[in-house]
Amino acid sequence: MGASPIASKPVRSLSLGVAPLLLGGCHLAVLSPAGPIGEAERTILLDALTIMLAIVLPTLVATLAFAWRFRASNTHARHLPTWAYSGRVELIVWSIPALVVFFLGGVAWIGSQELDPARPLDSSAKPLEIQVVSLDWKWLFIYPEQGVGSVNQLVVPAGVPLHFQITSASVFNVFFVPRLGSEIYSMYGMMTQLNLQADRPGIYPGLSAHFSGDGFSDMAFEVQAVTPEQFSAWASVVRTSGPELDDAAYHGLLKQSQNVRPYTYRTVQHGLFDDIVMQKLPPGDGPSMGEN
Amino acid sequence: MLGKLTWQAIPFGQPIPLAVGAFVVFGMCAVLIWVAAKGYVPYLWREWITSVDHKRIGIMYCLLASIMLLRGFSDALMMRSQQALAFHAAGYLPPEHYDQIFSAHGMIMIFFVAMPFVIGLMNFVIPLQLGVRDVAFPTLNAVSFWLTAAGALLVNVSLVIGEFARTGWLPYPPLSELTYSPGVGVDYYLWALQISGVGTLMAGINMATTILKMRAPGMNYMRMPMFCWTSLASSLLIVAAFPILTSTLAMLLLDRYVGFHFFTNEAGGNAMMFMNLIWAWGHPEVYILVLPAFGVFSEVVSTFSGKPLFGYRSMVMATMAICVLSFTVWLHHFFTMGAGADVNGFFGIASMLIAIPTGVKIYNWLFTMYGGRVRFSSPMLWALGFMVTFVIGGMTGVLLAVPPADFVLHNSLFLVAHFHNVIIGGVLFGAFAGYTYWFPKAFGFTLDERLGKAAFWCWFVGFYVAFVPLYVVGLEGMTRRMQHYDRPEWYPWLLVAGVGALIILCGIALQIAQLTISIRSRERRREPTGDPWDGRSLEWATASPPPVFNFAVLPIVADEEPYWNVKQRARAQMRLVTAEPKYEHIEMPRNSPVGFITAFFAVLTGFCLIWHIWWLVVLGLVCAYISFVVFAWRDEGEFEISAEEVARIDRANREARAEYLRGLAQ
Repeated sequence: MGASPIASKPVRSLSLGVAPLLLGGCHLAVLSPAGPIGEAERTILLDALTIMLAIVLPTLVATLAFAWRFRASNTHARHLPTWAYSGRVELIVWSIPALVVFFLGGVAWIGSQELDPARPLDSSAKPLEIQVVSLDWKWLFIYPEQGVGSVNQLVVPAGVPLHFQITSASVFNVFFVPRLGSEIYSMYGMMTQLNLQADRPGIYPGLSAHFSGDGFSDMAFEVQAVTPEQFSAWASVVRTSGPELDDAAYHGLLKQSQNVRPYTYRTVQHGLFDDIVMQKLPPGDGPSMGEN
Repeated sequence: MLGKLTWQAIPFGQPIPLAVGAFVVFGMCAVLIWVAAKGYVPYLWREWITSVDHKRIGIMYCLLASIMLLRGFSDALMMRSQQALAFHAAGYLPPEHYDQIFSAHGMIMIFFVAMPFVIGLMNFVIPLQLGVRDVAFPTLNAVSFWLTAAGALLVNVSLVIGEFARTGWLPYPPLSELTYSPGVGVDYYLWALQISGVGTLMAGINMATTILKMRAPGMNYMRMPMFCWTSLASSLLIVAAFPILTSTLAMLLLDRYVGFHFFTNEAGGNAMMFMNLIWAWGHPEVYILVLPAFGVFSEVVSTFSGKPLFGYRSMVMATMAICVLSFTVWLHHFFTMGAGADVNGFFGIASMLIAIPTGVKIYNWLFTMYGGRVRFSSPMLWALGFMVTFVIGGMTGVLLAVPPADFVLHNSLFLVAHFHNVIIGGVLFGAFAGYTYWFPKAFGFTLDERLGKAAFWCWFVGFYVAFVPLYVVGLEGMTRRMQHYDRPEWYPWLLVAGVGALIILCGIALQIAQLTISIRSRERRREPTGDPWDGRSLEWATASPPPVFNFAVLPIVADEEPYWNVKQRARAQMRLVTAEPKYEHIEMPRNSPVGFITAFFAVLTGFCLIWHIWWLVVLGLVCAYISFVVFAWRDEGEFEISAEEVARIDRANREARAEYLRGLAQ
């Protein structure tokens, strides 16, 4: 366990926590996206919600209104103790949800095509390739074009499409940066793809969105979106220092560890990601001692 | 000699599980000692444990569900309090313990609360509504119940001996494989479900057979009460879906016990296969639970509006449409596992299609109220609370069925809020509506209405206070199952959710108070006619509690609401309109301990499989087989109730009803 409990923590954290709420800050990460994918998904989410509210709200009101209007003590209300069939009403109650679903189905089909995580973004810029490996319990990011790597820290250029290839070294995880949009699973022996983009420089928290064991809660990472120039500068600085990631270092990464501080790799062995996906490298070790 | 079992299996070093375990063990011992000291053992053995009466078995199912609800809810309270404390801190539950708690919470609530409650209601109600004497296979019914109880017991044993799964309520491989979960936790999960799963499958077969083959004379399919229809759909789904669960878990067991590679990382195993299989069971499971609840609401809304159900044929069609469609949507549980756009689009639309028949049901309940005289008794409050809550839960569900929306909401607390929205608002409210509605039928006295309504309001308000914040933090990007976090924007909402859980706790306390107080004042609450709610279907035509044979003579059914129509004529003439029937002797199945004995050996075998005590496994299986053979060779399966006895019981009820009708005349 990384964080240590301190007696006064809850009290202080209470004031910290309530502050943004009182300020009324719009902190709904999913609804304040910082990239085109997240934005398109927010639009679809809100559209679908609006379409449904158009029938859900009247239904809710009608439920309460009918119950109240026809309460037993209200003898003024119409009394139809045997009324149990009306072709016209039946037609309406089947058509309303059918029409809404017809409409929403179109939204779902088109949205599913346009926002397919594997589909490249429409952009004139060449996408940056990033390879992602989920490990127990940390994230490895490899920049094949730059030849460098990092753990639990993802630096990307803003305004440039990002093409992620994602896999897992052990159990399932989900790569998710809420403010950028779509999440996708990382799975051993399989490779998923994701295309995202950060429009503006900034810091966007990322996490694993699928439970993966005891160290799961600390599988958080920061996405630092910087200008393309800053990104090139960062990559060249990284190349000058830090450890190398080769087979031996990778075997070290396979060991379970929690709450790992971010660091970078000066070089990454060529083809490492493919070796992981093609199962040329072994899967993660699991717990070191056989617990009961 | 004892396999992997050593003293280390008991968590002496961990105060919380040890204290909880000790509390449960002492509680159970105290109850057993009290029962023995009071001399109730022979009574319990004769009248309940060995009973093959569908009513008794139904009641025991509901009791099991209620006890396990307390267990599952304690887990919920621990999770809420952990997340309320774990902002920038470790909280009080370390990950290895917290992970067991959310896994146990989900698994218990689905398999040992929702399932037994629903099956219990079906057991109790179906034969009465169909106008028959028992289910198709009464002894099998007892075996089903006791196997379910055996699974529940194994889950609770894991509190004290060893550990429970730390994988989530569905043990996704590779995490649940031996490499990543070497402990006994996953084995407890798997064996508990294999044992109870057999019980559930047999219950499904039993209910489906009963409905298809054993209806009162004249009751054709289109005259069955709606609860029977939804139970039929649910039972058919059990028969079709539970074998998938059993075989999927069997594959995982083969991986874990004998080195197979169905879902492992190595040697060509493929965990995706598990996802597809488990959800091919998992999505129909949702409808297995909610369809009977829909049936309960249909009965309740119709009874308390004083009208027949609106659009009966539509309701039947909608039910069967849901039954079929539920098998075509499983992939929406993993839109984010990299399926192609067409596949996601197809399953998204298929999932939405289910909203059509479900919407039709909501509107039909609405129009059942139209033109009625709605009485707000507590079952009706649960039904109205359901209609409001379920519409909202259905809406967020359809939202999640839109793949691009799911891409940002999957596995978040938004999803958690959604499925609690439909499971609490749909299944649990339905179970409670059914419990308050049929309780007077089962026991012959009514529950306290004031406390019942107070409990409803606590649950209703508590639900919103607990889960609306989870929708919000889901939109803030919070994922499920986090043991701690450091994001200030999540923290206040999680505190509010914790308050919501406490309000629900008040609701549960009120329900316990309601039951206790009602039992203690039962003499005052007796309801002699057997029809306290002015009911419409056949279960209200017999005494409360119904005699073991249910009906002195099987009712003849000539229309959709046979009992209501007879009652209307009786009311108009202010006397009984049916002449006293010619009573004949009735043969009923004999009680049998075979269910209890089978379950005993199932627990023993399951426990020994978990701990690798192989010799005892063999012994347990042999004994289980012997008990089966002994039962199969029994000489007498039935006993006879004399015509005089039948007459005596039935005349008392006829007299009570005649008395009530004479009261109308004055």
